[in-house]
Amino acid sequence: MWTAMFSSVEAGLIYAVMALGVYLSFRVLDFPDLTVDGSFVTGASVAAVMIVNGANPFAASAAALLAGFAAGVVTGLLHTKGKINPLLSGILMMIALYSINLRIMGKSNIPLLQEETVIKQMTAAWQQAGWDDVLNRAVSFTGFAPRTWAVLVAMAAVAVVVKGMVDWLLKTELGIAMRATGDNQPMVASFSANTDGLIIFGLGLSNALVAFSGALVAQYGGFSDIGMGIGMIVIGLASVIIGEALFGAHSVVRATWAVIGGAIVYRLILALALRVEFLETSDVKLITALIVMAALIVPNLWAAQKEKRRKRRKAEQLERGEAVAGAETNYKSV
Amino acid sequence: MLELKRITKVFNEGTADEKIALGGIDLTLSPGDFVTVIGSNGAGKSTLMNIISGRLSPDTGEVWINGRNVTSLKEHARARYIGRVFQDPMAGTAPHMTIEENLALAYNRTKRRTLRFGVTKQKREWFRETLRTLHLGLEDRLTAKVGLLSGGERQALSLLMATFTKPDVLLLDEHTAALDPARAELVTELTKEIVAKHRLTTLMVTHNMEQAIRLGNRLIMMDGGQIIFAAEGKEKEELTVERLLAEFQRIRGSQFASDRAVLSQ
Repeated sequence: MWTAMFSSVEAGLIYAVMALGVYLSFRVLDFPDLTVDGSFVTGASVAAVMIVNGANPFAASAAALLAGFAAGVVTGLLHTKGKINPLLSGILMMIALYSINLRIMGKSNIPLLQEETVIKQMTAAWQQAGWDDVLNRAVSFTGFAPRTWAVLVAMAAVAVVVKGMVDWLLKTELGIAMRATGDNQPMVASFSANTDGLIIFGLGLSNALVAFSGALVAQYGGFSDIGMGIGMIVIGLASVIIGEALFGAHSVVRATWAVIGGAIVYRLILALALRVEFLETSDVKLITALIVMAALIVPNLWAAQKEKRRKRRKAEQLERGEAVAGAETNYKSV
Repeated sequence: MLELKRITKVFNEGTADEKIALGGIDLTLSPGDFVTVIGSNGAGKSTLMNIISGRLSPDTGEVWINGRNVTSLKEHARARYIGRVFQDPMAGTAPHMTIEENLALAYNRTKRRTLRFGVTKQKREWFRETLRTLHLGLEDRLTAKVGLLSGGERQALSLLMATFTKPDVLLLDEHTAALDPARAELVTELTKEIVAKHRLTTLMVTHNMEQAIRLGNRLIMMDGGQIIFAAEGKEKEELTVERLLAEFQRIRGSQFASDRAVLSQ
C-alpha cells in the first residue's frame, strides 16, 4: 500500500510538468490543445534515441524540450496563420506526430533499462550522499522504507522549479499579454499585442513542458513507446481540473500549485482504483475518463445543492418572520 | 493628425447582398480635434471605426496617422497610435485578470513587451494615482478581478486604459450606449475631462444626438456610407437636435431612419 502510494506521488510529480504544460494551453490561452498526445511521445522518443546513441541524458532531455516546442509552434501556426479551428489544429498535429515519432524511434518501442538515464544518475549521486538513511530514519515510525527517495525529491524539485518559471513568466509584460489573449483576444490586439505571436509562443512553451515530461517519464519507466501518449491530454486536463476543484485557482501562483497537486491526486486515485478487485490495468483509460467526468460534474452538483439549501433556509427564515438579507424593500440601488 | 483619403468599402461585392458601407470618405482631424459622428444604423460609422483601427482593411483609399501611411499596418501594429473604447463594456477589458494587470497590459500599448514584471511597485503607485482621477474608488481595488466590476466601472476603466498612454488618435465607438443613463452621464463627463486634459485627437461615434452636440468641437453626420453634413466651431455650438433632424430631412428628403436616434434625442 505505502509502496503504491509512494510511486504514485513520484509519477504524479513527473506528470505534473506535463500538466503545467496543459495548464498553459488549456487555461492560460483557452486553447484545448490535443497536440499533447503526440508531443509527449516526441519528447520520450527524442530522449530515448539520443540516450541509446550515447548522448548525455540531461542533454537528451533538453533536446526533447526543444522538439516539443517546435511541435507546439507548428500547431500555433496552423491555428493562427492557417486559420484552422483550435481543436482541429491539435488533432492534425497529433496524428502527424504519430508518424514522425515512429520515424524518430525507427521502431515502436525503445527500452532504456540498460542505459544511463537522468533518473539513474541522480539516484546514484543521492545515494552516495547517504541521504536515504536520514529520510528513512525520519519516517521509520511508519514501518515503510522506499528503495530510494532520490526520484521523489528530484522530481519535486523539477516540478517546483518549472512551476516557479511558469509563475514568473505569467507575471511579466509578455505573460500578462498572453493571459489576456486567452481571456479577451480582440481587446488584446487593440493594445498592440501580437495575439498570433503570443498564441504560437504559448503553445510552443506548453508542448515543450509536455515533451520534457515525456522524456522524464521514458527514463523513469525505462522505455519509450509509441502508444505512451494516448489520452495524455485527458490526464493533463484531469490534473488541472481536479487541482482547481480541490485547491482553488484564484491567482496564477495558486493555480499552478493546484495543477501539481491535481497531478499527484490523480495518480493516487488511479492507484486506489486499480486496487479494486474487479478493475484491471487495461481499464486505466476508462478510469481516467471517469475521474475527469466526476471532476467536471460533481462541483456543479455541489454548488447547485448548496444554492438550493441557501434558498430554502431563507424561505424558512421569512416564514418565521426573521430579518432576511435582501428581503427588505430597498430603493437605493445604484 | 488623422487623415482619411477617399476610403471605400463594399461588403459582399457582386452578390445580391452587396452593400456599399463607405463610399469615398475624406476626413482630416487636426491635433486636438474632437469630432462626434452621428448617423442611423447602417450609415457606415462602425465600418469607419474598424477601418481606422485596422480591424478591417479598406477596398481603396488610405489611412494616415501623424504623417504616416498606416493603411497596410495590422491592427496590433497600428494600435501603437490608437486608443479605442468599444460599445460593449465587456469588450475592452480582460475579466479574469485584476485591475492592475489590465492597466499593465494597457501601459504596454506603446512599448515593446519584455520579460520584466508587468506590475511593479512603481507602476502600481502610478496606476493608483491614475485610477483616482475616475473617482470610483477603484484605486483601492487594484487586485480585484475586472469581471466583478459593474458595466459602468468597466467602461470607465476601459476609457482610462485607452487614454492614459496618450494615443495619437482616440476612437470611441458608442462607448456609453450600453450603460444606464446615470452611468452613461458619468462616462461622458469622464470622456470630456480626459480628452481635454491630454488634448487627445478624438473621433466619437454616438447614437445620442444630444451627446454629439454637447461634446467636441466638430460634428459630422453620416448616411449611406457618406458624410452628408459637417459642422464646426460656432456653427457646431449653435446646433440643436431639432436643427440636426431638419438638416437630415433637407439633405436626404426622408425622416431620420433610426428609431434609436430618435429615441435618444
